[in-house]
Amino acid sequence: MNQIPSAVAWTWLIVALPLAGFVVNGAFSFFAPNAKRAISAVGVGVLVAAFAVAVVVVRAVGAAPPEEPWILTYWSWMPAGSLQLDFALQVDQLSAVMLMVVTGVSAMIHIYSVGYMGEDPGYARYFAYLNLFVFFMLVLVLGANFPVMFVGWEGVGLCSYLLIGFWYEDKVNADAGKKAFIMNRIGDFGFLVAMFLIFQTTGSLDFREVFAAAPAIFEVGGATITLITLALFLGCTGKSAQIPLYTWLPDAMAGPTPVSALIHAATMVTAGVYLVARANVLFAMAPISSAVVAGVGALTALYAATIALKQWDIKKIIAYSTVSQLGYMFLGVGVGAYASGIFHLATHAFFKALMFLAAGSVIQTLHHAYHATGRHEDAQDLRNMGGLQRYLPWTAALMWVGGLANIGVPPLAGFFSKDDILARTFARGHEAPLFYLFWALGAVGALLTAFYMTRLMAYAFHGPNRTGEREREHLHEAPWVMTGPLVVLALGAVAAGAINLPAVLPGHEWLARWLEPVTFMGGLYLVEGQLGAATEWTLLALAAGIAAIGMIGAWQLLKPAVLKPAREAPAETGIQRVLLRKYYVDEIYDTLLVRPLAWLSDRVLWKTIDAFIIDGVAVNGVARVARLVGWVGSRLQTGQVGTYVVIFVLGTIVLLRALLRS
Amino acid sequence: MTAALTGLGYQRWALDAILLLPLLGAVLVLLSPPAAAKRLALYVTLAEFVVSLGLWWTFQPTAAMQFQVVRQWIPEWGIGYRLGVDGISLFLLLLTTLTMPLAVLGSWSYITRHERPYYALLLVLTTGMLGVFVALDLFVFYVFWEIMLIPMYFIIGVWGGPSRLYAAIKFFVYTFLGSLLMLVAILTIYFAVARATGESSFAYDHLWRNIGYVRPWAFWLFAAFALAFAIKVPMFPFHTWLPDAHVEAPTAGSVILAGILLKMGTYGFLRFAVPLFPEIAMDPVVTGVVVGLSLIGIIYGALVSLVQPDFKKLVAYSSVSHLGFVMLGIWALTLQSVQGAIVIMINHGISTGALFFLAGMMYERRHTRDIAEFGGLAKVMPAFAAVLTVVSLSSIGLPGTNGFVGEFLVLIGAFRTHPWAAGVAATGVIFAAWYLLWAIQRLLFQKVDKPENAKLPDLSPRELAVLAPLLACIVWIGIYPAPILRRIEPSARALVTQVREAAGAPPVADVAMQPGAR
Repeated sequence: MNQIPSAVAWTWLIVALPLAGFVVNGAFSFFAPNAKRAISAVGVGVLVAAFAVAVVVVRAVGAAPPEEPWILTYWSWMPAGSLQLDFALQVDQLSAVMLMVVTGVSAMIHIYSVGYMGEDPGYARYFAYLNLFVFFMLVLVLGANFPVMFVGWEGVGLCSYLLIGFWYEDKVNADAGKKAFIMNRIGDFGFLVAMFLIFQTTGSLDFREVFAAAPAIFEVGGATITLITLALFLGCTGKSAQIPLYTWLPDAMAGPTPVSALIHAATMVTAGVYLVARANVLFAMAPISSAVVAGVGALTALYAATIALKQWDIKKIIAYSTVSQLGYMFLGVGVGAYASGIFHLATHAFFKALMFLAAGSVIQTLHHAYHATGRHEDAQDLRNMGGLQRYLPWTAALMWVGGLANIGVPPLAGFFSKDDILARTFARGHEAPLFYLFWALGAVGALLTAFYMTRLMAYAFHGPNRTGEREREHLHEAPWVMTGPLVVLALGAVAAGAINLPAVLPGHEWLARWLEPVTFMGGLYLVEGQLGAATEWTLLALAAGIAAIGMIGAWQLLKPAVLKPAREAPAETGIQRVLLRKYYVDEIYDTLLVRPLAWLSDRVLWKTIDAFIIDGVAVNGVARVARLVGWVGSRLQTGQVGTYVVIFVLGTIVLLRALLRS
Repeated sequence: MTAALTGLGYQRWALDAILLLPLLGAVLVLLSPPAAAKRLALYVTLAEFVVSLGLWWTFQPTAAMQFQVVRQWIPEWGIGYRLGVDGISLFLLLLTTLTMPLAVLGSWSYITRHERPYYALLLVLTTGMLGVFVALDLFVFYVFWEIMLIPMYFIIGVWGGPSRLYAAIKFFVYTFLGSLLMLVAILTIYFAVARATGESSFAYDHLWRNIGYVRPWAFWLFAAFALAFAIKVPMFPFHTWLPDAHVEAPTAGSVILAGILLKMGTYGFLRFAVPLFPEIAMDPVVTGVVVGLSLIGIIYGALVSLVQPDFKKLVAYSSVSHLGFVMLGIWALTLQSVQGAIVIMINHGISTGALFFLAGMMYERRHTRDIAEFGGLAKVMPAFAAVLTVVSLSSIGLPGTNGFVGEFLVLIGAFRTHPWAAGVAATGVIFAAWYLLWAIQRLLFQKVDKPENAKLPDLSPRELAVLAPLLACIVWIGIYPAPILRRIEPSARALVTQVREAAGAPPVADVAMQPGAR
């Protein structure tokens, strides 16, 4: 192992700064909730500082690329015999990428929040939670062992819970937060079981030791490694909103929009992808699990895209789009294209954060407009928008950049990263035709993506305006503190593809090579599917064609001109209704799981078993018997000597007979 | 610190002082003017805590009994005043001495009548509880066991809620039934060993060394101990006294009941039932029953918590769930699971204690514990809301809080010997999140829809003083439990080794087996 450069010793500061921000802003929320300047300075300042330190650390990684992670051990956390868990962080090429994405995008979203949340009475609390989130996210991506990662893993879930329910006075928001936490916990159960199995089999939970020992301990495709990786992936489905645990994410849109951008698009929900990439050797040794990861990813990519087709809530569309794009990332890491998954994670962070923040600007101006005229209309409903490019030209243009990147229009970032994943899925088709199916699912999903994104843009920004006569004059562009970050993110959405241009273009897959020291272990177990240059060009062209067809189709089919505002719109019917109601999955979960469990707990466990059988029949029954015996005893003591004599004589006779018999 | 304490001969007088101080305090409180009672009780319990803190520095991380006190008491019957502390009891002692000043502070405005007897009883109770944890003579253990029962009976029965008498009697009869059986078992062991060895003694060491002489009745003796302790834990289906006692008891009563008295059961298993009868405890059928009941407790307790309309009852049932983890950890009998079980015992005292304090603070403001009567408190009482959230997260076992450390160690240790049971128990983390977050939502979030709640005062400095030490422990044990784990480890290792060897159970990692020992 090479010497740890002195700059890397500053890593702790990246983590500590947001934590300090949380403490200070937490104090502000109690003692000076209106000191908004100070709160902004602290909240944004720690993030900018953390980003700066992260740049220094990442430069050190670039200057002397480590062959093994640099491990920074801070203190002994849980020493218990052979379980010696340290509180330790690790820096390597993969955490470097995550560091840049997390601190960079977070810094932008913090700046945006200054404008977006400026008038909220819970301003200090908001920044405290947001800082705390970044702290946990950094622990997640820097942790050097599974349990430290788990601290971050559950910690980001906590912050997600707190921020989804930020406006907790509405029951819907509080419900959504709770739902997110509990569904994440179902996934975390898988994470826990995976840790138990890993410790049981390898005797360690440190990444370095587990991954180094895995090839010798596990049999490729064996039951144990398959179980471990499937359990880990259960954790991923919760955190990264994949089938079957995805339903919390659309509800999570109840939180403030910058939160949706940061937590529910750019960073937290990608943690599952990071986990698979981090544990690539384990997944690569379990082909069945990897296929499950890829299959669930491909299915989710398509499935969520179908739901996005019919949503009216602008944030819901972007949320389902996020679920869908996460599916692509899992498809990537599932087919062993770990670098491609991380590549899409990075580009997606830019364009999806951009989409959400731009949507936030739209929502805010509509909200203000309706507030100004006192009408109660849904500021998030596409049917109440239309033609907004005239009022928010910057936002419209920037959101188009995000949308086109999301659709995968060349040469924007999303084009290269999505194509990378699909091409590598295709390349594995010669091993098993199943991968051709996964590729097809992804390709159809891409077509739908182009359709729903175009639909969103067309309905929101083009055609006639449906906001309302009086409201129209209140519509205006967002302030620069909000639009500025959009510009930066848009630059990323345009250019981030350059970090991993395919081999046929002059980019030579820079990111894949950068990540090589992390992913080569997993690569040892994979047959590298080689695509000829011709196939690769064909796939690139096909991807571009799909995007074009989807967009043109949407533009031709949809008629923004005849759309009616939400209040006047007719109810949906048939398949449209099924899509709008998200295939009724929430209702199914509720009927099959939640209600029966609540009923069982109340009627059977509590009122029948606990109150009636154990307490009523058994415990109080014993007491009644005791009282009965006492009553009989007291009856016997009548005080009449004659009775006593009779009983005495009878007793003596019985006793004597018994004694004589024996 | 260690040197200074050793210079004072701390190791020699520590346990005597810790047991005597509260008794002296009780006398003083009874003699004091009524208005001074609580202040005096606070000083005494604080002094007690300070004195007991010396144990932290002077305790040597070995498996040996330390701070031993051995005095003749009734030599004819071999009863000796034998006390000692090891890694299993150390933190239960400290938990007790930490809880008591908080319990006094938490009673400050709650207890308004008969203050002198109340605080005197709290102090007597302190001695009783501490005695249970340090007794190394089975007769003395039994005496302390009964001493602690009586003050609690009165605390519930006199200062409790509307159905206090039913709850107090249920608590008393239930516990007493168990302890009578235990007394029979203790006497049986005592006479059998005395007859076989010619030496009459209640000394734990003596009985433990010669326990082989009671082998023919071992199952029944174990069963008597186990029943007494199972009631106290409480294990399903012996748990129904608990919700009643908790709901009726005054705040401090609930805190002590949950925080410390429940630990007597699990402590009893760790100290007596399991090491005295290892073959029985490790018998596959007995193990199956205990592990099965623990799992039922974990899941059942959580599900029944979910549907409780009364917040105190919700917390009470959640104890059944938490203590299920402890029992699983003990019976899984690996180093990590036993260490984890002891850590959960501490954690449960801290987190559930804090939850009962918070429930009491709600009750003092609104005179109801009905969850449906609240809502939107986060707006009205932000500090209260923040504390309740942190404590609930600790109870849920969020990593970074103390709750995670205990549950993680129990589960990862239990997984080594009982993978399926550990897997089932791990689902408890889902249910725990469900019932507590739902409760928090109904208490703290949504709109303030009851006018009575609109003007509730936030936490007072006194209330903050009660909660702050518990919050500090939640964070400290969550982030840096190593000093605690290191002090527990040798005793836990010795226990696991001894029991596994004696029971002929298969060895596990971390425990070096020496063939032919014992």
